[in-house]
Amino acid sequence: MRWAVFGVLAALLPLVAGEYYINLASQIVIFAVFAASINLLLGYGGLPTLGHAAYLGVAAYVSALMHLKLGFDHWMAAPIAVLATTLMGCVFGLIALRAAGLGFLMLTLALSQVLWGTAYRWVSMTDGDNGLRGLARPTPFGLDLNQAMPFYYFALVIGAFSIWMMARFVNSAFGATLKGARDQPRRMSALGYDVWLIRWITFVYASFWGAVSGLLFVYYHKYIHPVSLSLANSAEGLLAVIAGGSGTLAGPLVGAAIVLLLKNWASAYIERWNMLLGFVFVFIVVFMPEGVVPGVKRLWKRYVSKT
Amino acid sequence: MRIANLTHGALFMLGAYLGVTVMRYVPNLWLAALAAGIAVAAFGGLLEKLILRKLAGNVLGQVLVTLGVSFIIADACLVAWGGDPIPIPTPKALQAPVRIAGFVFPAYRLAVVGIAVLVALALYLLMDRTRLGAMIRAGVDDPEMASAVGIPVSKLFTTVFCLGAALAGAGGVIGGPIMSAYPGLDSDMLPLALIVVILGGVGSLLGAFAGAFITGFVYTFGVALLPDLAYVILFLPMILVIAFRPRGLFGKFAA
Repeated sequence: MRWAVFGVLAALLPLVAGEYYINLASQIVIFAVFAASINLLLGYGGLPTLGHAAYLGVAAYVSALMHLKLGFDHWMAAPIAVLATTLMGCVFGLIALRAAGLGFLMLTLALSQVLWGTAYRWVSMTDGDNGLRGLARPTPFGLDLNQAMPFYYFALVIGAFSIWMMARFVNSAFGATLKGARDQPRRMSALGYDVWLIRWITFVYASFWGAVSGLLFVYYHKYIHPVSLSLANSAEGLLAVIAGGSGTLAGPLVGAAIVLLLKNWASAYIERWNMLLGFVFVFIVVFMPEGVVPGVKRLWKRYVSKT
Repeated sequence: MRIANLTHGALFMLGAYLGVTVMRYVPNLWLAALAAGIAVAAFGGLLEKLILRKLAGNVLGQVLVTLGVSFIIADACLVAWGGDPIPIPTPKALQAPVRIAGFVFPAYRLAVVGIAVLVALALYLLMDRTRLGAMIRAGVDDPEMASAVGIPVSKLFTTVFCLGAALAGAGGVIGGPIMSAYPGLDSDMLPLALIVVILGGVGSLLGAFAGAFITGFVYTFGVALLPDLAYVILFLPMILVIAFRPRGLFGKFAA
């Protein structure tokens, strides 16, 4: 019910908002898909990934390169980009899931940093620091998506579908085993579940939806730069999940909205977004480790009981 | 110490920049390295005491906080020192190339290798041969038991964290003549450091040394032979090691 209200409100937004806010809303939808795919690993799998920007960035780069170097249209490029990225997720999963916890985190970070460095240095392919430009948005069924409003609905439909699919995933029987593997890995393997396989499947699934968010990302910006693969991008996604509340379905959506609104408003006044981001990180971890929504509630209760 | 610290790249860069500033007044690289090491150590100590202490056992919290702090450091460096790379001059005495067995080496790089070996040796002796090292190891393995027998675990941890920060800061200055100080130095160093640790194994000095050696070797040859893809080549030894020995070459426990 709540989700239906949420969906209707999101669909009605362009009727009341100006172009600037419609574009911002598109970005929030895209970022929410990205954050939700991180949440699969972090919140439901208990696997702290710090390299998820790899999937967003690689899908975006593959799609852009298909278009620029090979002249493929979007109907061809999009499935290839998602497939290639998901295959990369299969391989990265094999490597990263050799470890859990801190080791997993270091491996995902190292893998994504390698891609980031490659995007920067492989100038003949990626044009390095200049990024790839000259991209176009797709035209599904002849629809022109270059205006803010049609693109918003395009992003909203795909985003809603992605998040619905991820919600189905965590609420399925498999999702239950995933949460079991997070909370009681030993007990789960004693019960005959293959904890490693459960985690690997989730890793691949998360990389798939990360790739989808990457496609939306490159369609929106019509431009891709190595910074999309950077640690800062992975960290912003992670921050959105934790800010909203990890391991909840609505958390990444709320968190994505918080991070992007903050980023847009803050950058209107100050240039030092990275520094602010750093302070927000420290603040949230120290004062609201459970996420903003429950955190604000808790602080409010404490304030009320004191007075 | 089993603390997930992602500030090390940023501390390295902070050290390099502090070294630049010190050398404007005292044009001596070694003094600058010492000063930067002490300053960065003080910063690290504060970080550990004020924030990380509260997050013991909370790996994700530590990661996010240290990541946040490294963003803050990187941005503060950009504000304070600007966006242009600042070279750090090589000390005069070590500018001439050295000829050994028919090969020519730059003297400064040889000196850096020498310092690295000395530091590694000193760390090994500290951790494995002294009472202090034994207390640190005990504190890491079982903090509750260690403090029950009277080891000041919390003070020791702060000290070790300071020492790590000091090495990162001084390393930034000593690496300065080779790499100079520039924005982005932190994120260039972090993956190298991570790969070195993953390769060598967490909690092993010998591993870190071997890992650094392999990484440096592979990276240098990679840059020379396939400059575009050096980063990919860099990561091949890591995959091999992880595939066959998840704990790293010399690691005592899984990362």
